[in-house]
Amino acid sequence: MNLIPLMVALPLLAGFVLPLVPRRRARLADFLALLIAAILVTLAIGSYQLPDVPYHMGGWKAPIGISLVLDGASRLMLAVIGVVTLAVILYCPAYMARFTSKGRFYSLFFLMVAGMNGVVLTGDMFNLFVFLEIASIASYALVAFGCERDELEASFRYLVLGCLASYMLLLGIALLYAMMGTVNMAHLSAKIAARGGLAGLAGGQASALLVFATVLFICGLGLKAALVPFHAWLPDAHPSAPTPISAMLSGLLIKAIGVYALARVLFCVIGMTPALQMVLMTLGALSMIVGVFLAVGQWDFKRLLAYHSISQIGYVVLALGLATPLGVAAGLFHLVNHAIFKSLLFLNAGAVEYRTGTRQLEEMGGLNKRMPVTGATSFVASMSISGVPPFNGFFSKLLIIVACVDAGRWGFAFVAVVVSVLTLASFMKVQKYVFFGVVKEKWQNIREVPVMMGVSMALLAALCLATSAFVLKAPRKLILDRAQASLRERRNYVRLVLPTRVNEEPDAKPSKGK
Amino acid sequence: MVYLLCLILFSVGIYGVLTQRNLIKIIISLAVAESAINIFLVLLGYRAGGVTPIQESTQTGAELARVTVDPLPQAMVLTAIVIGIGVLALSIVIAMRLYHRHGTYDITEINKLRG
Repeated sequence: MNLIPLMVALPLLAGFVLPLVPRRRARLADFLALLIAAILVTLAIGSYQLPDVPYHMGGWKAPIGISLVLDGASRLMLAVIGVVTLAVILYCPAYMARFTSKGRFYSLFFLMVAGMNGVVLTGDMFNLFVFLEIASIASYALVAFGCERDELEASFRYLVLGCLASYMLLLGIALLYAMMGTVNMAHLSAKIAARGGLAGLAGGQASALLVFATVLFICGLGLKAALVPFHAWLPDAHPSAPTPISAMLSGLLIKAIGVYALARVLFCVIGMTPALQMVLMTLGALSMIVGVFLAVGQWDFKRLLAYHSISQIGYVVLALGLATPLGVAAGLFHLVNHAIFKSLLFLNAGAVEYRTGTRQLEEMGGLNKRMPVTGATSFVASMSISGVPPFNGFFSKLLIIVACVDAGRWGFAFVAVVVSVLTLASFMKVQKYVFFGVVKEKWQNIREVPVMMGVSMALLAALCLATSAFVLKAPRKLILDRAQASLRERRNYVRLVLPTRVNEEPDAKPSKGK
Repeated sequence: MVYLLCLILFSVGIYGVLTQRNLIKIIISLAVAESAINIFLVLLGYRAGGVTPIQESTQTGAELARVTVDPLPQAMVLTAIVIGIGVLALSIVIAMRLYHRHGTYDITEINKLRG
């Protein structure tokens, strides 16, 4: 039996079954959600046993049918999505008890997971759009879940910008279809390569259209990834959502449907050119700088974390833009690490808010003594994000800087170092105001958060240390190198999905059913 | 040239989103932009005098492909329309909730109340 479609089908099923659980059986819903998250993690990690393989939905071979493609990069993303989802689900039961309709919450939650898994696996441009919309619509609704004033406003802004992004993506797909007559990624890739690609001298109208489509993809997916000129929605939307969702949005969503989709489209479909690399690196560096400067001045715990997401996503995009083997591997490594420590930080912020009811840094103080687990895990996460050894953030940032120097991009390496220092400063402030120092009068009586929330945070903190091991040779070969190779080598991608037609034949207008 | 009209319609939608202050008008602008893309997609598959893509028993596949319109964009547009309705419904619900909270649809007023 083929397990690939289950990665999408299972969370979809969960999304529609969980709201049917009666409200007074909330424990049953919690248990089912946990079970499904556990199965998803097992499947995702188990997929490392499988070879790289396409799955043809309904038995229609690509490029006629829709294919799902399991390769190095999508495996890595599936595993990250699975692990963070599991941690967040562990955290949910206690935290979400204050909201009334847990079933509906889980429903939206799993729809979002289904959408992300779909985006990661799909090998079809239009299918990418559909999954991206599933994840996005669920996330718009989740941001507004509390139905408070700020949440609704943030959600509306997010929705309008998200829609514009989706439409740009759809227009780009339509343009590609107009030019190439197919929406299968591998098929497109082969055809674009046959015409000389973006930089090709084939010239004329077709090449201008391809450039236009590429710009639309960069704008649309850049909006979803909250890269700097397109970041305005993120600092409102991410802190407004209930905390487990903030962790999902910042930790996973902007990566799966933003950065990963962007990398997949640019690397595998359109093909990297020096100009595109420059665009990506500039966007990345800009996000790093602007994000961190806006973060330093923040006093709202979750808002500060949201700005840091922008800045850290900048690192990932900068490293991907280098397009060297080391650069792409470092970028993906940082993406994994950021997913882990940023969701941990959001869960910490949620734990503090759960007990103290505030997100303002000045009002807290000395919480280490009252909430030792939260304090310790947030220390680990803060050190990870600021790049202090021996935590994972240090190694991925080091790799990114080495990759920059390697590629001769001294300026970008310098920016990466400076931003790292500023990040450290910002998180020293968080630690100092929230967790160190004397306990304030009014926090004398607070206790540690419930056990499950503690377990979830401890799990992620352990992973912050464990993923450092990716820098060693054996796991790097198995995980990162395969992931970067599957992104960078588009001929292999084409060969994987379309084994019989590597050489493009002149095409008739395809008449295919869906 | 017809394609250009689609782009103009799309730009009208984006312009509306950027300039309008009323929540409902913003939503309408989004819908306009979306239909522009849908029309564009349908136009891509259109062929003057084309027939429906149903194969008759006397026809071969190649013969059909010569005379039929391209059905794939139509399938895609159907999907896109369904997605569009989902987004539209959600955005209207959020706008309604905002109205209940603030008593206004004006986005600048809503910003001001937030302080």
